[in-house]
Amino acid sequence: MAARHSNRLPMTKSHTAFIRILAPALALTAATCLANAATPADLLVGYAAQAARTPNAEQGQSFFTARHGRDWACASCHGPAPVADGRHAATGKSIQPLAPGANPTRFTDRDKVEKWFRRNCSDVVGRACTDTEKADVLAWLITLKP
Amino acid sequence: MKPGLDYAALAVATCVLAFGPLRAEAAERLGRSDSATAYRQECGACHAAFAPGLLPPASWSALMANLPRHFGTDASVDPATQKRLAAWLDSQGAAGRARPEGDRITRSAWFRDEHSEFPADVWSRPSIKSPSNCGACHRGADSGVFDEHDVRIPR
Repeated sequence: MAARHSNRLPMTKSHTAFIRILAPALALTAATCLANAATPADLLVGYAAQAARTPNAEQGQSFFTARHGRDWACASCHGPAPVADGRHAATGKSIQPLAPGANPTRFTDRDKVEKWFRRNCSDVVGRACTDTEKADVLAWLITLKP
Repeated sequence: MKPGLDYAALAVATCVLAFGPLRAEAAERLGRSDSATAYRQECGACHAAFAPGLLPPASWSALMANLPRHFGTDASVDPATQKRLAAWLDSQGAAGRARPEGDRITRSAWFRDEHSEFPADVWSRPSIKSPSNCGACHRGADSGVFDEHDVRIPR
């Protein structure tokens, strides 16, 4: 691409001022994140409470790896055993492991989890996933070890 | 004019003179504002967080109005985030650029020019997969750095 430039600048006073301004913003962000903070087990309990039956990890695995009448399965991007990096099926961008056992940042933010279920179920299943499906998939993902 | 204002005017003038040329070079960087952070999170999860200056505001506006059907995938965000990112992209988009076919960066004339030395079989390598996979070759793509010296074409 056209731009050719040097990438590194020394730390300056404006950087220090910037950090001073940024610190409260970061604290606020952290506080907001904590409000949605959860563990994978918490989230599983929440989905299971709304589900039609007890979560079933085997069902979760088949739901995750099967296609649902459309081009992609969950596994198309996350891989059939998501303890390793996945790869976006369209763009090729690397995706960090989805299983919490391999990536402790996964399933720790309710809003984020719901956002991705919304987007990805729409692509894979063509509708919102049910709480039963979410609970099954999460129950399976929690069992995976790197 | 008060002396304080003189100094302020001088400071502004100095900044413009000193950093004006840098602005063009930094056009592909995202910056660190809250909006840039939200943009990286919401958009940069599936593809490189394409620098807003790579498309004109009209393209960004069309893309942001249609996120649930975004090049074949659901890229929807919550309404507040949608509004905020749309406004940010509108302000950061490159007003002078022509709107490319399908609002695809990779269909822009300048994109084709910059990449004209690479034949189709390079793009289709499994390690690259798609022209939209900037990070496959531009190692600084995630931070909006597309310096030629940072390019490595994978086998």
